[in-house]
Amino acid sequence: MRVLEVKNLISGYGDTDILHDVSMKLDEKEIISIIGPNGAGKSTLLKTIFGILTPRQGVVQLQDEEITGLSPDKIVRKGMSYVPQVDNVFPSLTIQENLEMGAFVRTDDYRDRLQEMYDLFPLLKDRRNQKVGSLSGGQRQMVAMGRALMLDPKVLLLDEPSASLAPLLVGMIFEKIVDINKTGVAIVVVEQNARETLKISNRGYVLAMGRKVFEDTGKAILENKEVGKLYLGG
Amino acid sequence: MAELFVYGIVLGSIIALGAIGLTLVYGILRFANFAHGDLMTAGAYIALFLVTGLFPWLGIPDTTFGPLSFGWRMALAFPIAMVGMAMVSILFDRIIYRRLRLKRSGSVMLAMSALGASFIIRMIVLILWGGDYHFYRPGILRPAILLPLEIKIRPDQILILLTVFFLVVLLYLFLQRTKMGKAMRATSDNMELARVSGIDTERVIIWTWGIGGALAAAGGILYAIDVQLHPGMGWHFLLPLFAATILGGIGNMYGALIGALVMGVAQQVSTAYLLPTYKPAVAFIVMILILLVRPQGIFGGKRT
Amino acid sequence: MEISGIIAYLVSLAIMAGIFAVFALGLNIQWGYTGLFNIGIAGFFCIGAYTSAMITTPMPTGLYAQYVHQIFGLNLPFILGILGAALVCGFIAYLIGYPTLRLREDYLAIATIGIAETFRLIFNNEHWLANGPRGLMGLPQPLYWLVDQGWVDPRYYNFIYLPIVLAIMVVIYLSIERVIRSPWGRVLRAIREDEIASAMSGKDIFRFKMQSFIFGSMIMGVGGALYAHYTKAISPDVFTPLYGTFIIWVMLMAGGSGNNKGAILGAFVVWGIWIGTKFLTDFLPYTLKARAPYIRFLIIGILLEIILIYRPQGLMGEEKRISKMID
Repeated sequence: MRVLEVKNLISGYGDTDILHDVSMKLDEKEIISIIGPNGAGKSTLLKTIFGILTPRQGVVQLQDEEITGLSPDKIVRKGMSYVPQVDNVFPSLTIQENLEMGAFVRTDDYRDRLQEMYDLFPLLKDRRNQKVGSLSGGQRQMVAMGRALMLDPKVLLLDEPSASLAPLLVGMIFEKIVDINKTGVAIVVVEQNARETLKISNRGYVLAMGRKVFEDTGKAILENKEVGKLYLGG
Repeated sequence: MAELFVYGIVLGSIIALGAIGLTLVYGILRFANFAHGDLMTAGAYIALFLVTGLFPWLGIPDTTFGPLSFGWRMALAFPIAMVGMAMVSILFDRIIYRRLRLKRSGSVMLAMSALGASFIIRMIVLILWGGDYHFYRPGILRPAILLPLEIKIRPDQILILLTVFFLVVLLYLFLQRTKMGKAMRATSDNMELARVSGIDTERVIIWTWGIGGALAAAGGILYAIDVQLHPGMGWHFLLPLFAATILGGIGNMYGALIGALVMGVAQQVSTAYLLPTYKPAVAFIVMILILLVRPQGIFGGKRT
Repeated sequence: MEISGIIAYLVSLAIMAGIFAVFALGLNIQWGYTGLFNIGIAGFFCIGAYTSAMITTPMPTGLYAQYVHQIFGLNLPFILGILGAALVCGFIAYLIGYPTLRLREDYLAIATIGIAETFRLIFNNEHWLANGPRGLMGLPQPLYWLVDQGWVDPRYYNFIYLPIVLAIMVVIYLSIERVIRSPWGRVLRAIREDEIASAMSGKDIFRFKMQSFIFGSMIMGVGGALYAHYTKAISPDVFTPLYGTFIIWVMLMAGGSGNNKGAILGAFVVWGIWIGTKFLTDFLPYTLKARAPYIRFLIIGILLEIILIYRPQGLMGEEKRISKMID
């Protein structure tokens, strides 16, 4: 079942267009990766999907509902969450408070959900009253993802989750992404680290210069020497 | 000197109410609210209207509470003025600052509009009450209590300290325990992320202005109880307010409290060497020194 | 009211507007061209006025000295008063600029408020400086010997002063226009547009800001001097944040910041509105008459908000062409 679809998106900042006619789709239970060189428009794509940017042209559909141009706080209520690349936590709040903020729009009792997050990220449970600003990069990334998951989204958008992490932690984060996916969340991962991402992805899209230049299953892209050389740094 | 210190704490606690509100607004909205001092003025004058105008007309008795210089009238006027000022602050935001926010005007434009707002408020006060000094209770005797170390302190001043303490604790509980309080702290950390998480940042902004205005009113009234009312009192507080906020780190409520106490003491102690009218200048010098030595404040505040 | 009375009134209006235009031009350099948020204009207004006053009046002697105290009195001609005001203000700007110009905009704004307030407090309380709250009176006026000789009726002295003010205003305007089109001016523009990029291209931002600040302050000093010699008497309560700073900001924003013609236009328009409010408040009932100045200032305050919300670029907008090379 299709949960997210993007058709012919043209988007950018101010007068400059970054994305030129990009289309992609995401099905239930999938992990897809969006990879490509720097400046390809990967982050712009996520921001446009989530409503931080309004596209000049094109359509974004969330579970058959058109959400093009809606503001983020409305989109988040419709079942899609977003984790930015940087500044993705509230540093002066504790872990628990960060998660609570993630659940801000919920009017029901979300304590079960909170517990599920602690089950997913056991490391966070012990430190739940610690201010997030004092945590390590890897822990912060987990808090960032936890925050986004508090609303039980159907779709999770991750912008370069491994970007500021030490290599040892990268593997751990990708494991977590798989764990999250297993709970039934479809995930779009934008990444510089193409290799690791593709390993866990069902499918992948390669973006360059704001256009989609390749799409295939994750495995196929990994094994494709041509694409690897051209776009993924060999 | 000890007495100057004690009075400095009293003055500092009054400044703290303004500085905390100012730092909350500064941290969340990222602009220097030059009207904050005049919010204190307006709050004090609203209370003046209630205590000397409306309440006598309503027949509320004039008796005082024991050694304090005020009674039921002020006890009622205090919270009402706070609420009133909260609403006025929110109104100013809706009419002026929000429009500029939506147009993405820079922080300088916002600060300039706040400067304009400060004059507007002051002119309205001047139009309604004129330029003279006023008192809530003219001609009252204010006996002091003698404490150890030969410190004289008035009962009013003790109550001021208690009131400030009470309000600060209340605010602390609000920010730490309630959903909106946490949302305010989150928005202060990162407004963009707050929006992304679904937090209604416009509501957070309204609450921020409301709390800022209410605290400013409280500060203004307490000052007026202790000293007097005059239309320029808010502007008088502007430099100490900003000095306290910067000293404590922008957006840092506890920093603002400490900063305010420091400013109060510094200003009072300075009167041993300088004329009292130089107090704002003292605040200014301290502020410049902080800005030169450690612009992020003692406790560090938000990034620019 | 006879025609000559009306004309005399208009002349006095034009003088004040012209003086404020000088201030607006000075502010335009600091804010319009360099992006310095200076809310302490009143401070330079004050210093310029007092400096010129004390340069042009003699030191009090004899019985008079018991009533009037000033720190110096040189009894020099008007032109030296103006120059002195400019130089002293420039120097003070240099001293102030050092600690404050590196601060970010809103901190700079607060610092300038503090400076202006401090100056006002000092002038008000230190009687030995310039006679404290009573201020200085009997300030000489340029070319007054024409009246002394009997060639000009004292009622019409302002007709002499007006061209002097306007001439100085025009000279300042032309100098600024010249400077802005120079390479120095282009750097200033670049700094205002994007400070970080300019810094990266190797320009010493601080030096340019300092020069701009000093230049603008010198012009404000001249304005202060012109004011002092027009009103012939000054005291610290003239140089309030409202009258000495705020109204000039309204003038610049109304006319168009970043535009020298706008600065002059704004000064005349807002001064005209200010005078216009006087006529409005003349219709007030007797009980409100005492509050008239407050009502007038309220109108000015509201005017600023309206400008900021609906037309922040002012009447003329920012000047588009700034370089001879681009035209």
